[in-house]
Amino acid sequence: MKNNIVPALRLTLVLLVLFCGIYTLTIWGIAKAIPSNWLFAKTENGHYENIGQLFTNDKYFWSRPSAVGYNAAGSGGSNKGPSNPDYLSEVKARIDTFMVHNPDIKKEDIPSDIVTASGSGLDPNISVKAAEVQVKRIAKVRGISETTIRQIIEQQTEKPLLGLLGTEKVNVLNLNLALDQFSNTK
Amino acid sequence: MNSEILGVILMYVTVVALAIPLGRYIGKVFNYENTWIDKIFNPLDTLLFKLSGINPAKEMNWKQHLVAMLTINVVWFILSMLVLTNMSLLPLNPDGNPSMSADLAFNTSVSFVTNTNLQHYSGETGMSYLGQLILMLWQFISAGTGIAIAAVVFMAMKERKTENLGNFYSFFVRSCTRILLPIAVLVATIFVFNGMPMTFEGKDTIVTVQGDTVQVSRGPVAAFVAIKHLGTNGGGFFGANSAHPLENPSYLTNIVQMVTQMLITIALIFALGYVIRRKKLAWMIFGVMSVGFLLLTVPTIISEMNGNTKIAELGIQQPMGSMEGKEIRFGAVSSAYWSIATTVISTGSVNAMHDSFTPLSGVYQLLAMMINAFYGGCGVGFLNFYIYIILAVFISGLMVGRTPEFLGKKIEAKEMKIAMLIALLHPFLILVGTALATALPAYTSASLSNPGFHGFSQMLYEITSSSANNGSGFEGLGDNTPFWNMACGIIMLLARYLPIIGPVAIAGILASKKYIPEGNGTLKTDTSTFGLMVFAVIAIVAALAFFPALTLGPIAEYFSMIK
Repeated sequence: MKNNIVPALRLTLVLLVLFCGIYTLTIWGIAKAIPSNWLFAKTENGHYENIGQLFTNDKYFWSRPSAVGYNAAGSGGSNKGPSNPDYLSEVKARIDTFMVHNPDIKKEDIPSDIVTASGSGLDPNISVKAAEVQVKRIAKVRGISETTIRQIIEQQTEKPLLGLLGTEKVNVLNLNLALDQFSNTK
Repeated sequence: MNSEILGVILMYVTVVALAIPLGRYIGKVFNYENTWIDKIFNPLDTLLFKLSGINPAKEMNWKQHLVAMLTINVVWFILSMLVLTNMSLLPLNPDGNPSMSADLAFNTSVSFVTNTNLQHYSGETGMSYLGQLILMLWQFISAGTGIAIAAVVFMAMKERKTENLGNFYSFFVRSCTRILLPIAVLVATIFVFNGMPMTFEGKDTIVTVQGDTVQVSRGPVAAFVAIKHLGTNGGGFFGANSAHPLENPSYLTNIVQMVTQMLITIALIFALGYVIRRKKLAWMIFGVMSVGFLLLTVPTIISEMNGNTKIAELGIQQPMGSMEGKEIRFGAVSSAYWSIATTVISTGSVNAMHDSFTPLSGVYQLLAMMINAFYGGCGVGFLNFYIYIILAVFISGLMVGRTPEFLGKKIEAKEMKIAMLIALLHPFLILVGTALATALPAYTSASLSNPGFHGFSQMLYEITSSSANNGSGFEGLGDNTPFWNMACGIIMLLARYLPIIGPVAIAGILASKKYIPEGNGTLKTDTSTFGLMVFAVIAIVAALAFFPALTLGPIAEYFSMIK
């Protein structure tokens, strides 16, 4: 044991320099060298494309419910179990609210993702179905035709990776910005 | 839905395709054969050993290996305690996060040094950037420890009689520099290019489209997340782990994280085949592990695709499956796949919240951790499987009436006793730990976020995750209390070091025995028949020990949900 303490201490310090120092600074240097830092960069109007935002106004597409209120100072899911009665009545209340704001749709058209919280509480996306189910409301509020809004959704739809892998989705922030832009230029 | 399944198949095929050549390379590293990157790493390793005053050529027996390993782990634990309890005084803390309390620092230090990465804090509010970097160091070197110990056992399994099993520091440093470092640099670079932050600036404040002011946590994420998966650590930079859009921004980064977390542990099986020149044995082990993995994965994916029956009763549709706690960019299928990969491999990172999975998925996640040997953690997964092999050899030997032999070495009473103790340790820790937590509602009932059967599952999961050195959780459990911090910390310590000491002792004792060449009467261990035998041993040990506990938790919840 005694013979091992000093080498263990020295080796630990050396590895501390290697991993916390040299490795970390190498990756940091690479990140600095990329001009826009790609997806992590802020958009021109100061938003993070990857961080979801809270949308409650009827003129915008709503995002999913969030356990942290879309404040990215923290993150997390509801962590409610699938049979938890409080949780189920919460989802039921969300469905009722959704129906009040979207009176022209049928309940069975609501996809579950728009009334269930994400794991991070910051999900930037909704499913295409969850966007489509909100079209009638937005058309009414904004006075734009449903066809136009569907076109905007289609433009903003992100296909699966390489068209083959993963899910089809819509970025709510981009979709709403596109909607605002269309309304402003009209 | 089809593109989601295709994505999962691609992730599995990719990791196996990469693990086979990597296993060969790792075998060469263990055997001290020449490789093409020696030019860079020979001088680096020489420098590291010179600065540390270590002679890497000094041979050690199995006991000396264990002493060296345990000593350096104690050093890491003490250093970790010092940093985590003083973060508010130390630099690199732009958000002004507080130091940890002693019990939380104990839990976190144990958790990261033992490669568990159970987290009773949230990165955004409970950790400075210096703290994160120190945890990242443990992520590298605790994985390096696991790989080095696997190397020691591989050396002991060679066809020869010897006491000398190489040098611990040498295996350890080679694992860190020649295996973990280059892959981590590559993976972190991919992450930086795909939207993961790598900055030392603190929280940013933005105004949303609707006019709310919110903050966005950032940090040196890319460097951290690369080794988090490569070393099967799993501790997240942010509270939401790999569900967080800055810790796992896209389906592509999800694929990369999925592949890297399974990579080394599968490669080590093939490295074994290369080191002891028994490729067929490696394929037998890989086969048993893969069958076990798929038997857990497929039903989980189906269960999540079918969605939550209680949500269906509310009259809405679930085209994407069960979506509570899941991200749209990953979908239910790849989240279900991840949940099993992360529990069999003891990574413990999550890209969806396990607490909200359907009950049957919870059964499979728990089973994966209870068995803890289908692939398993970096290096230590093989050690757990080795115990099951020894048990299977012994039982088969009894069945055919011959002295049990494994790779030309007789297995006798002493080795069997060690193997039995280690095999029983895991059920003991899980069942006794959960029983204690249940028997002490004064300490535990306030921490449950769900009533009934699911509340029991939350406690069972926390203890199982600690004992499997996994680190994932049913995160609704309010686990930052002195009771959970101490109980989980002690379980993690026992469950890390005893299952390392046991297999190294067995392998070391076997290595010093006379080598008996295989004859007609030798039990062949590289056949599918023997593979079936190992599988049966695993199924019996796991099912018999854990079935009652599973029945009280997720299985009861399942039956309470169907009409």
